[in-house]
Formats: sequence, structure tokens, C-alpha cells
Amino acid sequence: MGAVEKQRTQLPARDGWEYAPAPESREIVSFKDRYGLFIGGKEVTPRSRSWFTSVSPSTEEPLAEVAQAGAKDVALAVDAARGAFADWSSWKPSERAKVLFRIARVLQERSRELAVAESLDGGKPIKESRDVDLPLAAAHFFYYAGWADKLEYAFPNRRPRPLGVAAQIVPWNFPLLMLAWKIAPALACGNTVVLKPAETTPLTAMLFADVCRQAEVPPGVVNIVTGDGSTGAHLVRNHGIDKVAFTGSTEVGKAIQRELAGRGIPLTLELGGKAANIVFEDSALDQAVEGIVNGIYFNQGHVCCAGSRLLVQESIHDQLVRKLKRRMATLRVGDPLDKNTDVGAINSKAQLERIEELVASGTEEGAEIYQPPCRLPEKGWWFVPTVFTNVAQSHRIAREEIFGPVLSVLTFRTPDEAVEKANNTMYGLSAGVWTEKGSRILWMADRLRAGVVWGNTFNRFDPSSPFGGYKESGFGREGGRHGLEAYLRFE
Amino acid sequence: MSVRLPVKKTYKLFIGGAFPRSESGRTLELEGHNVARASRKDVRDAVVAARKGFADWSGATAYNRGQVLYRLAETMETRASALAAVCSGRREVARAVDRVVWYAGWADKLAQVLGSSNPVAGPYFNFTSPEPTGVVAVIAPDEPALDGLVARVVPAMVGGNAVVVVASEKHPLAAIELAESIATSDVPAGAFNVLTGLRAELAPVLAAHMDVNAIDVTGAGVDGDAAALEALAAENVKRVVRAREEQSPYEIESFLEMKTVWHPIGR
Repeated sequence: MGAVEKQRTQLPARDGWEYAPAPESREIVSFKDRYGLFIGGKEVTPRSRSWFTSVSPSTEEPLAEVAQAGAKDVALAVDAARGAFADWSSWKPSERAKVLFRIARVLQERSRELAVAESLDGGKPIKESRDVDLPLAAAHFFYYAGWADKLEYAFPNRRPRPLGVAAQIVPWNFPLLMLAWKIAPALACGNTVVLKPAETTPLTAMLFADVCRQAEVPPGVVNIVTGDGSTGAHLVRNHGIDKVAFTGSTEVGKAIQRELAGRGIPLTLELGGKAANIVFEDSALDQAVEGIVNGIYFNQGHVCCAGSRLLVQESIHDQLVRKLKRRMATLRVGDPLDKNTDVGAINSKAQLERIEELVASGTEEGAEIYQPPCRLPEKGWWFVPTVFTNVAQSHRIAREEIFGPVLSVLTFRTPDEAVEKANNTMYGLSAGVWTEKGSRILWMADRLRAGVVWGNTFNRFDPSSPFGGYKESGFGREGGRHGLEAYLRFE
Repeated sequence: MSVRLPVKKTYKLFIGGAFPRSESGRTLELEGHNVARASRKDVRDAVVAARKGFADWSGATAYNRGQVLYRLAETMETRASALAAVCSGRREVARAVDRVVWYAGWADKLAQVLGSSNPVAGPYFNFTSPEPTGVVAVIAPDEPALDGLVARVVPAMVGGNAVVVVASEKHPLAAIELAESIATSDVPAGAFNVLTGLRAELAPVLAAHMDVNAIDVTGAGVDGDAAALEALAAENVKRVVRAREEQSPYEIESFLEMKTVWHPIGR
């Protein structure tokens, strides 16, 4: 078997199997030249009089100008949310539910358009925005819509009440999906929101403002302020907010926690990760290889719960790495709008530089790098799917979140050693376990200090399934009944 | 005429199941006794002990944790007069003992009330269960001396956390008397630790400690003190906890993580 495999690895997998381009049409999306802020149900010109350009990371072409909200703009958005709160929170919950159901439906109806927009603005492959981001975003609204008029059944012996104005800051890796994770439960619980999309991916949020118009969301219930980190800082510092929910880097999460110290404002944080994907010798290896690839190369590795540390049982290390490399050679890197693309563009130049810097450290510290042969487009920001073997736990590539398509392979001998290595991190967002032994999945799951543990799968998400971290990966849960708690107070 | 002098107790720290003096050799005269004045190093020792205790305590079955805490109620009841002497009296002791019994019963019910099985759209059995967050620092409230401490420490312990208590500066003896009940209750060494001394000296060290997972600042009040601790807590994203309800499973939940497991289903 080993010999056959060796022969296969030497064949460039692409030869003779080149796909014809299968581009998704971008006609379905028409961006405006300029987007103002979405405040009080209207698009308004920013008081800051300042704008920035959102570019496509795959072509570097400018897509649209977007407002850079300043302190005054943020204050207006918070005022609008405050103004809408009294009315919205006293709506009959069953009617509030209908607004969310409508949003879910509009997202489904416009999913093709939104998926293309997401891939254009963020660089992720169309097959992911089409098959993952959009269906999950719609499902999230559908799920929480149903909770809106059932909240008193969610927490025995407690009387749930909305908090007020929720300040929500989302990242650039799943722009619309993270927006859904934030807005759906907040609205279902009767809060109003001010959402700040990421600087590099503001456009689907601005399209969502139009979804709100179609769904007849009352003015001021959803407000969207675009801008860079300074806009987020204005939002967190604003004294009219009652709640902060942040998804992003651990560094910024800590700054927000510090900023809120002593203010008594409920906070939920969904931060970074360095997840272990643990493969035992008895696992279905080909299935595990698919899971490893999905774990780290899905969305270019721009995933907080990415399986960026592969822990392989020593006895199968060579065989598994061989299979993995062969599979990596079939990954198609390129145009996000091509339906055959597996790995799209790196979201920004800054992120590409961070990935390159960490990858360089991996080589310097003595790990062994492998990258499959791969032709990259000339324009845009790209990084070849990469795997490092001979990685030590002390290497930066085994400790720091790379947030790119870079996998570090480590080995273990016993289940106890696997647990110890998996938990040897400041993070604790997710983990994966591959074995044919059900009892071992549960034994491992018990011991892994992580908020989500995937058995024989990876990077699965569902609106009914709570998601969130241990340790420095943050606190609070999004999704499921538990996700409601972040947006309620109890009398 | 013969005189018999009572044998006075020396109040020391409680770390890793033992009653050491402060490594610094310092004491403070509080409540008529020389009470150990713990140092930064004592704080670090207590956290190391708590991390060890956490493994044992969280590794016990929920049923077992419930029984051990029920036994704590028993040992407190038999030491009622000693406890009454360091708080407002017998009635407070009774309240505290009843509270321990109430929380003990929650140990093996938490997962059913706070957890869930989640109907995901795919071939997975998906469930969420509560787990302890790890080492919890508790800034003990000043009043009530005993029941106030029990109301914060026991909900943290029921779910399997190990605690390091910074005793009240006003009433440090209650914390040490409670430690003596705990020492005879089968609570594993290190699952409960007490530091006495100056709060301003000890609390910030715990709030900034990188191997502490959560800090209960209820006892620090709502003044600038608590705010400063909260800011330090951000260094490793500690969970910052405050009492919300008098007695509730949701008080236990404040010290818990929710773990979601996707287990495959297939032929």
C-alpha cells in the first residue's frame, strides 16, 4: 500500500483533470458607489464627512465607498436604538417573531445575491458563501424568531427582560453570518442594536440594511455603523449602550473587557483559537483527511475555531501526512467566484503579511514546510495551503493563532498525552477527535478544555448548537437556548 | 484556687488541605487574634494548590460532589458553636448550613437543568453540558461573615471549581472556621483555600494571576475597587462574577462553561 501511495504522490494531481472555469455571475449584485450609515431606518451621510473604500481582496478592485463613522455618528446610532427600544420591547412577542421570520425569508430569497456579494467583498469561495454562510445566516434568524414569544420557557423560574441597546462588533471572516449570530438573538429578546461590521467587509451588512427595509424592521431597531477600529472603540465607550457583544481577536477582546471594567455592562466575547484536531490510529483515515482539510483550509483558515494544530497518533503519522499532502495538491486556489474554487483570497493585505510573518517563523524555528505546487492569480492577496511537520509545542506556529491556511502537525502516543497537548494553549474554543471508538470520543470530549468538540467531523455549525470558548477564547455562548442568555436580564 | 486558662486557637491560612502560616511570617491583629497576613507568594501557592485540587474535585462524579458537600453541612452543624462565635450567631450558622444542603442537592441536577440536547440539521447527536471553569478567586463579602462567604463559595464549588478565598478583612475568622469544617468533610485538598490578610494586597494579585479562570468580586462592592480588579481580570479574559440572586442554580451557572459535543450518528 505504501508503495502505491508513494507513486501517486509523485503524480501532479491536477494533470489531466483541469477544470474549465465555472464562474458565478456577478451581475446579480449591484453595489452603489457609496454607502452611508444605516441609522433610524434611513441611510444617512456621516457627520464625520469621511469615507473609505472597500476593495475586493481577489482583484484589488474598489467595490464601493463606505462611511467612516466617528464618535458623533456612533452617538446618533445609539440614540436611534435607544429611541426605538421602548416601542420594540413592548411589541407583542409573537409580532416581534414575525419580523425575524421575515428577515429569514428575505435572506433566503436574496441568498444568491448576498452570497456573491460576500465572496466579492471578503474573498471567500462562492461555494462556501452559497452553501454555508447564507443558509446558516437565514437559519439563525429562523431559529431565534421562534424563541421570541417563548422566552419564559427558556429559563425556569426566571422572568426574562431585554437589556436595551446592544452594541455588536463583528469580524471579517463570516461577515453576514456573524451579523446574524449577533442580531437574531438580540432582536428576539426585544433589544435594539447598533452593529459595527469589520472594516474590510462592510458591504453585505449594508445590503442587510436593505433586507431590514424589505422585512419592515421598525426604524431604529437595527442600526449599522461602518468604520475601522476607532468606530468600534467609540461604540464601546458610548454611555448609552446596555450590552456589548464582540467577535474578533483576543487582543481587542481584552481591551474591550478592560474598557468596560466597572461599568456594569454585560459582555460576551468570542475570540481567537488554536484548536487541536486529534487523529487516532483507529480512525477512518480518508475521512479524517477530509476533516483535517475542512478544519484548516475552509475559508482560507480565517476561522476562529479552525483546526490549526493537527495532533496525530505517532503510529500513523507518516501515512496520514502522505495522504494529506496528496489531498492538498487537489485543492483549487483562486477566483472566489469560481464554483470549483476550494480556497479563495486572503481577506486583506495586512492579514496576508501576518500569515507570511508567522510562516517565516515556522521555518526559522526548525519546522518543515510543505506547500503543494500551485499557480496563484497575479492580482489580489493569496496564500498557498501550507502544512508544517516536525513542529514543537514551543514553536510560534503551534501557539499563536495564524488565521490563515496553515496547519501545524504534532504527534502523540497515548490518549492522555493527546489531551495534555491539546489543552496546552491559552485558547479553548474548539477541538476535533477522530476515532472509530465512540467511547473514546466522549472520553476525550470530557477532558478537552474547549467549548465545542467535534467527533469525526469539524467546523460544523447549527443555530441550535451553542458555540463559544473556554479560557482566552472568550465567554458567553452564541446559538441555541444558551445564546439567549447574553441578551436578557432577569427579574 | 486553681486557674485554668482556655487554650486559644492560632488562626492560620488554609492552602492545599493544610493550615500553614504565611510564608512571610507576618500577622495582623484582627478580631482579637493574630491572623496570618498572606503575601503574594502565598497567593501563588494557593493557586497552585487550587489547580491540583481542581483536577480531583472536577474529576469526581456529580453524585459524589453532592455527597461531599452534604457532609460539609454535617461537619458545619456539629461545629455550630465554633462557627457561631465568629459570625452573628446561631441563626446565621443555621442559614449557612441549610444553604450548603440546598446547593449540595444541585450537583447532580445541573446538567439536566442547564444543559441541553440540540436538534442540529445533520447526522449528529449534539449536546451541551455544564463544566466547571477551573480556579475561581472569591473576594469574600464582609457581611454576613459566614453566610455571605458560604453564599459565594458553595455555588462556585458545586459545579466542580476549586476556589481561592480572600477572606474579609473585617471578619477573617469565619473563613478559617469554615476551612476547619471543610478540612474534615472529604472535600479534596486544594479545592478550597483561604488567604487572610489585607484585601488590597491580595485581591489584585489574584485578579491578575494567569492561572485563575474567574473572579467573584461580589465582596469587593461596587466601588472603584471592583472596577480595578475587573480591569486586571481582562489580562487572561477571566470571567468576572457578581451575585445576582440570593440563592439559585443560576448563581452556580455563573461559574460554569458550556461545552457542546457533536457525536456522529451512522450505521
